[in-house]
Amino acid sequence: MTMMTKTLSLTATLATALTLAAAAAHAEGEMEKCYGVAMAGQNDCAAGPGTTCAGTAKMDYQGNAWKLVPAGTCTTMQTPHGMGSLEPIKM
Amino acid sequence: MLAHPDFITAFRQGLFNGTLPPGLTVPAPDEAERRFAVYRNNVAHSLGRALAARFPVIERLVGPEFFAAMARVYLGGDLPASPLLFQWGDGFAGFLQGFPPVAGLPYLPDVARLEFARGRAWHAADHPPAPPEALAAAAAQADTARLALHPSVALLASDFAVVSIWQANQPDALPAPIDATQTETALILRDRRDAVRVLALPPGDAAFARALQSGAPLLIAAESAAHAAPRHDPARLLLCLMQAGALITPDTGEPR
Amino acid sequence: MRPSLPPAPGLGFKPEHFETIRDLRPDLGFFEVHAENYMGAGGPAHRQLAALRADYALSLHGVGLSIGGARLDRDHLARLRALIDRYHPESFSEHLAWSSHGTDYLNDLLPLPYTPETLTLVCDHVDEAQEALGCRLLLENPSTYVLFAQSTIPEPEFLAEIARRTGCGLLLDVNNVFVSCTNHRMDPRAYLAAFPLAVVGEIHLGGHAEEALPSGPLLIDAHGSPVADPVWALFAEVIARTGPLPSLIEWDNDVPPFRDLLAEARRAAAVLRQDREVRLACAS
Repeated sequence: MTMMTKTLSLTATLATALTLAAAAAHAEGEMEKCYGVAMAGQNDCAAGPGTTCAGTAKMDYQGNAWKLVPAGTCTTMQTPHGMGSLEPIKM
Repeated sequence: MLAHPDFITAFRQGLFNGTLPPGLTVPAPDEAERRFAVYRNNVAHSLGRALAARFPVIERLVGPEFFAAMARVYLGGDLPASPLLFQWGDGFAGFLQGFPPVAGLPYLPDVARLEFARGRAWHAADHPPAPPEALAAAAAQADTARLALHPSVALLASDFAVVSIWQANQPDALPAPIDATQTETALILRDRRDAVRVLALPPGDAAFARALQSGAPLLIAAESAAHAAPRHDPARLLLCLMQAGALITPDTGEPR
Repeated sequence: MRPSLPPAPGLGFKPEHFETIRDLRPDLGFFEVHAENYMGAGGPAHRQLAALRADYALSLHGVGLSIGGARLDRDHLARLRALIDRYHPESFSEHLAWSSHGTDYLNDLLPLPYTPETLTLVCDHVDEAQEALGCRLLLENPSTYVLFAQSTIPEPEFLAEIARRTGCGLLLDVNNVFVSCTNHRMDPRAYLAAFPLAVVGEIHLGGHAEEALPSGPLLIDAHGSPVADPVWALFAEVIARTGPLPSLIEWDNDVPPFRDLLAEARRAAAVLRQDREVRLACAS
C-alpha cells in the first residue's frame, strides 16, 4: 500500500467510526447524573476535627513496624514464581 | 518564652520526634506524654486513614496492619502540602518504588498511580460532551478533524497487569488467578453518570487515546494506532468514549 | 452571604446519605459541610452540594485555615472566598486552632497558648479572613488535651476578646467545653459562665470517647458516637440562657444510618422547643 492509499483507507475507517459514534450519540441524549455514586473508599474523607481514634492513643508511635511483611491479597497473586508474589518478580 | 512561630515549630517537631513541646502543663505531670500522644496519634492516624481511603487497593494488597505502619513512614517524608487532602498522595507511588519492604511487589507503584488517577478523575473539572453534530462534522472531515478528551481522562501504561490487579481487588470481585507480569494500559475516566471507571485498553486503542490526549488530530491518532496494531479500527474505542461522555470539542482558545 | 442560619437543628452532611436526604426531605434547619472537601474543580461533590444547598440553609465549616498558626495561607483564603461566592452559605465558621506548619498540613486541630501575643496574632488573622471572605465568621472553641505554662488568659476570655476586637461571632461547641474542662479538671459551668453567649451564632454537639488516666478520665473529641448525657444537660442550660440557636449534630467517624443522625437532631429540637415553651409559660 502506498502512503497515500494508506492514509485514504485510515480516513475512511475513521469516518465510519465517527459516523457510528455520532448516530449512537443521538440516541444517548442527556443522561441523568447518578448522584448516589460514591468513590470506592470514600475519596473525600472528612478532613475534619475529631478524626480521632481513642484506641490509637495507646499505640507506640516509635514502634518498629519493619518486622512486618505484607499480609494482604498479594499473596494469592500469580507470578512467574507461582502463587505468592512476595518473591521478587524477575523483570 | 518562645515567639509563636517558634512554639508552632517546637510543637510540630514533637509530633514526629517524640519530644514534648516546651511549656506543656497537665494536671498530673507524669501524664504529659500520654496526653501529648493524643495529638501525635490524631495526626498519624487521621492521615493514615486518609491515605487508605485514597489507596484502598494498596491497603488490600499489603494488609491493613502493614499499610498503617507504612503510612507512618510515608507521611514522615511527604505531608500534605495544603489542607486539600484529596490532592495528597501524588508522591505515594514513588515512595512505594523506593520502599524496600515492598520491593517484592513491583506492581504496587502502578496500582497506586491508577488509584490516584481515580481520585483525580472524581474531582476533575466538568465539561459537556461533544454534541452529535460535532461528531457528524468530524466524520465528514475525518482527514483534518480534532476531538479532545474530558478533563477526567487519564491513561496509565504499565509493565504489569494493573487493571486486572485493581479489578480483582474490588470489594465484590471474585478471586481469580492473575498473571501480574502481563502488561496493560489503563484508561481512567468519570462517565456521564459520575461513575469513575477503569478500563484496560488494547495496544491500538491505547495509542489512539494517547494521541488524542496529546492534542493530535484524529487522523494522526489513527496512524499512531495503526502503527501499534495493524488494521486497528477505532470504532469500538470512539463509541465507548462517546457513551462515557469523554469525547469533547477541543478548546480552540476562541470563545465557543 | 445570606441571612444567618435558622435557630433549629442541623446535621453534618455525609455523601453516603445524599440519596436518603433527597428522598426524605427531612425537616432540618440546615446542613453543614467541611469546606475543604468541596475545593475540587468539578465532579459529583459539587453537584451534591448544589442540590443540597437548593433545599436547605448551608453552613460552611472550615477545618484547614489554621487561624491559630504563624500566618494565614492566602491561597486557601482565595479558595474559601470562591466557595462562598459559589454557594452563598448562611454561615462560615473556623476554629481557634492551628493545623499547618509552613506548607505542611497536619490534619488535626492543634492547640495554642493564650497570651497577649497570640491574642493579637489571632485577631489579625480573623480580621484578614473576614476582609478576604467578605463576611463575618464564627470562631469555634477547641477540644484540648494539654495546657501551656505560658498561657495567661483563660480560653473563654480569650475568645470573648477576639469577638470584641474583630466583630466576629463565636461557635460554641458544647462537647468541646465538656471535653476540655473534664481533661483539665475544670468546671464546665464556670467556663460557660465566662463565655460571651450573646455573640454565639451556632452550637456544635458531638460524641466523645473516653480513656482512663491515673488522675481521672481523658476525653477525646472523636465524633463517632451519640452526644453524651452531660453534654445534653449543658446544652439545655445554654439554650435556657440564649434562646434557640442553630444547633449542629456532628458525627464524622463510624457514621451511622441517617435515621440515627435524625434521632439526635430530634433530641436537639426538643431542647430548643422546650425553651420556647418555658419562655411562653413565663411570659403568660
